[in-house]
Amino acid sequence: MDDLYRDYILDHYKNPRNFGELEGATHQYHDTNPLCGDEITMFLLVGEDGRVQDVHFTGRGCAISQASASILTDEVKGKTLDELKGFDRDHVLQNLGITISPARIKCALLSLKALKGAAWGLTAWPGEEPKEAAQGS
Amino acid sequence: MAVTSRPTTERPLDVARIRADFPVLSQTANGKPLVWLDNASTSQKPRQVLEAMRVVYEEHNANIHRGVYEFSERTTAAFEEARAKIARFINAPAAREIVFVRNATEGLNLVAYAWGRDNVKAGDRIVTTVLEHHSNFVPWQQLAKDAGAELVVIDVDDEGRLRLDQLRRELERGARVLALTHTSNGLGVVNPIAEIVGWAKAAGATVVVDAAQSAPHTAVDVQALGCDFLAFSGHKMLGPVGSGVVWGRASLLERMRPFLYGGDMISRVSVERSEWNELPWKFEAGTSSYVDAIGLGAAIDYLTEVGMARIHAHEVALVEHLLPKLLAEDGTTVFGPHNVDERVGVISFDVKGIHPHDMATLLDREGIAVRAGHHCNHPLMTRLGVTATTRASMYLYNTIEECDVLVDAVRKAKKVFGL
Repeated sequence: MDDLYRDYILDHYKNPRNFGELEGATHQYHDTNPLCGDEITMFLLVGEDGRVQDVHFTGRGCAISQASASILTDEVKGKTLDELKGFDRDHVLQNLGITISPARIKCALLSLKALKGAAWGLTAWPGEEPKEAAQGS
Repeated sequence: MAVTSRPTTERPLDVARIRADFPVLSQTANGKPLVWLDNASTSQKPRQVLEAMRVVYEEHNANIHRGVYEFSERTTAAFEEARAKIARFINAPAAREIVFVRNATEGLNLVAYAWGRDNVKAGDRIVTTVLEHHSNFVPWQQLAKDAGAELVVIDVDDEGRLRLDQLRRELERGARVLALTHTSNGLGVVNPIAEIVGWAKAAGATVVVDAAQSAPHTAVDVQALGCDFLAFSGHKMLGPVGSGVVWGRASLLERMRPFLYGGDMISRVSVERSEWNELPWKFEAGTSSYVDAIGLGAAIDYLTEVGMARIHAHEVALVEHLLPKLLAEDGTTVFGPHNVDERVGVISFDVKGIHPHDMATLLDREGIAVRAGHHCNHPLMTRLGVTATTRASMYLYNTIEECDVLVDAVRKAKKVFGL
């Protein structure tokens, strides 16, 4: 089996979970990777208790970016916005379970960037946040 | 399409001998023999170029145009000799019309600033095309904004050919400047510049040609093309990174203000005012990348010795071999015209179900370097309805066998994706 394009990665790519627009979304953010033109839009429906009731994404791009978004949305449901803030680059890469070369890292992180944009209005690439943001100020 | 008429009488290249001149081509990538098919991005360098640069650094390095000692004189002579070689290479009427810049991008910006800001006025029309690399698009788009001029962008047909009917019609409506590429970096399609220049001249337009993808691969003759400015990069044509050229008609260059101010570009400076140096040094402020320019001169020697017509014929033969094989693969789209007479050695393709970045990653495993992305061609990608393509681009040292390695690797990639 291919060490990057593993079966579950290709499965998430071909059959993305939580794919499509989310009606009634309370939070929404569109982002692109200018390097390759990959696109992700994250939609969150956050309840009054501050928990994510539902999450969807739309987008197009490579297998890594789309599978990463699919896998990420699967674990976001039920989390509070505060908990989402704690999701970082290493978390996403570990969850993907594959070794990504430096040239493809942004493919893997675009979905987290869009998620943080939707949840917190954060616009930095995960792992490249300015110090204040990383400290959660 | 005089540029691409297929020369059939050319002796074929001795590719094995050429490859022996390029040390990097015997490297491996991911444990496989390197297959360098990213030549539209940058080319590899022969020993002759590296040697020419080594000689300067090790034997007579000194800043040009300044010292009165022997080393400076020798280096200055080598630098100006490189300029003369480039003038001959593009059949420029005079070496003083050759301005050294870092790359085609800088050359095109030089024209847009130093000529554009004094010559494009509110209400003027700037005509360009959807085929342009961002380097010959964004400077004109921004100039149009600054000057209050109108930017007219000519479309392509569904096969990526410039819409000549539209271009002619728009030029007949009047244009101050026409900025267009000789050969598309994204599709490899060749524009009939000489024919287009005739229409532009009738409209009184100044014509700026981006030759970054044509000068390395075909004979470029500025007098036959009839354009007013033409720019290209040295690193795409066997020369070092940091070498580039913009050619302009002396009559235009003389009337232009400088692009950059500083040392070497002045003749006299007082507290109140400055006077500019003669052409071409008026446009070469500061210490030029003179060693790179000398390296580009050696690259021109190399290309000239092999022969541009033979290089072009070789690349056409590679395209004739590769194109049908790629098209025969299920789900594969090749962008641009499929008639080899209308294109150079750039093949932009897509395999349904595999994003170009994934394709490039899988090709990399087989040692193949291609470009995947938008190729600095956002307007064109939008027009084609894609976000990215995979681009294989060839040069004189590529082989039929490498084309076959590429096709096999594409088949392997399809297997990985279950296609």
